[in-house]
Amino acid sequence: MPLDTVWPEGSIHQVPYWVFQRAEVLAREQEAIFRGACWHYLCLEAEIPNRGDYRTTQLGELPVVVARDAEGNINAFENRCAHRGALIALEDGGNTKDFTCVYHAWRYDMAGNLKGVAFRNGIAGKGGMPKDFKLEEHCPRKLRVATLCGLVFGTLSEATPPLEDYLGAEIVGRVQRVLAGRTPEVLGRFTQALPNNWKLYTENVRDSYHASLLHLFFTTFEVNRLTQKGGLIVSEGGGNHVSWSAIEAGAAGGEYAQQQIRSDSDYKLADPSLLHGFQEFGDNCTLQILSVFPTFVLQQIQNCIAVRQVVPRAVDRTDLHWTYLGFAEDTAEQRIMRLKQCNLVGAAGFVSMEDGCVGGFVQRGAAGAGDQQAVLRMGGHDAASSDTRATEASVRGFWKAYRAATGY
Amino acid sequence: MLNEIHGFQAAYARCIDDNRLEGWPDFFLADGRYRLTTADNHRRGLQAGLIWANSRAMLQDRISALRQANIYERHGYRHILGLPLVEPQADGTARAETPFMVARIMRDGTTDLFATGRYLDIFARDAAGALKLQERVVVCDSSRIDTLLAIPL
Repeated sequence: MPLDTVWPEGSIHQVPYWVFQRAEVLAREQEAIFRGACWHYLCLEAEIPNRGDYRTTQLGELPVVVARDAEGNINAFENRCAHRGALIALEDGGNTKDFTCVYHAWRYDMAGNLKGVAFRNGIAGKGGMPKDFKLEEHCPRKLRVATLCGLVFGTLSEATPPLEDYLGAEIVGRVQRVLAGRTPEVLGRFTQALPNNWKLYTENVRDSYHASLLHLFFTTFEVNRLTQKGGLIVSEGGGNHVSWSAIEAGAAGGEYAQQQIRSDSDYKLADPSLLHGFQEFGDNCTLQILSVFPTFVLQQIQNCIAVRQVVPRAVDRTDLHWTYLGFAEDTAEQRIMRLKQCNLVGAAGFVSMEDGCVGGFVQRGAAGAGDQQAVLRMGGHDAASSDTRATEASVRGFWKAYRAATGY
Repeated sequence: MLNEIHGFQAAYARCIDDNRLEGWPDFFLADGRYRLTTADNHRRGLQAGLIWANSRAMLQDRISALRQANIYERHGYRHILGLPLVEPQADGTARAETPFMVARIMRDGTTDLFATGRYLDIFARDAAGALKLQERVVVCDSSRIDTLLAIPL
């Protein structure tokens, strides 16, 4: 094995840079992770509320259709015609009775079952499909589908454990905290094209260490400081996490000034209404970032709720899809506050625009260093939950799950 | 008013492209609105923006955050604006639609077509009679933003 595909022995606190750089690594990920035994976020139930509604999405490179059938069930299947492999659905979404491939008009129902083949019996007794051709023997691969609080997940693998087992009880509870008992409404969708390997973003999401150091905006307005009350939950297999913080009156903030960290300043807002959010959950929790291995994120930053989906496009290119959420139960004032706080996140977000470029800094910084390693030793060597966020435990957790899934 | 709007749009583009961003909020009324979104969201009537402001002070905060808080690689824009289509309104305001293309020039010289789209504007006069934006909705044609959007469009 060449030196630059060897992982430092037994380690999740050292990550070799070749893992972000090599085409054969991405090929293995497509098979072992994206088409493997993992649950992948597909869409929101709120995006396909009616019979006949559908959305298209991706499991890595694999194109997928998610559709609600005439009985109201949600189905997901490969967006690939069983005939010659063309895309079956070409739009981001819509409403339809069935899907017809544009190439040769093979027709599928809302569950991906083949229902019709053009000129099946030929023309004037000539041509056509052979007598032994059976529609039911041909269809795109179907995904298993599971939902939780309006989130739709899918997996191609029979080996993926049930969704709630995969997430773990603590993560399920934290999803319910944000979404249960409410009716999500999409406020907007944006795609951020990241100039880096997808794993540099999934690491970033789990990295509670960087948030208050890179994102000055966060720290100054006490949306999130490591000195705030908070903690980290890492699921048993390592792959899923929650980082949270809460307002605590009179909390110490001196560590930032003492260490002369750039994150301390006297910067003030001209319109502070941006941060005058409303108490939504009754727990003073201003921030909860939740990730599900490999590529799903549910975010609560004050009253800004969003889901994020990570789709690799190439070794060094990644699409980050943001869906901003409100709820049908919102008052007009609450809705305005959510729209206002959307300024915090996304490609132009006060506290997240840096995440769009920092992955590119690593991609470029570590070019030519495939045989070197990143160091993840903040807070020790394990991937356990903790009551501090001055740790890289959830990043190590990602690599624990990653190594288990890929065999690297 | 048409000539005035022509001059206004040219001054707006130069303000951003010359990196005189502190002057950008002054193109708006004190209670002016600015929203930056995509054609897909706009068509569907979805209200969220990549940038969403309902006061000039929020725009000032954008600029002070860019100057003092946010981290990004040094870059600049070049706006090329098309001809505004202006529709004067009975109440003395005017609606205008102006297409744009914006190139992004990175510190290493890399120059890309960063965004195309249109400004959907409502122009009004402030107490002193100066022409200002009561509302600007920036509708980007693409739903994809490369890396980040720091400097406003």
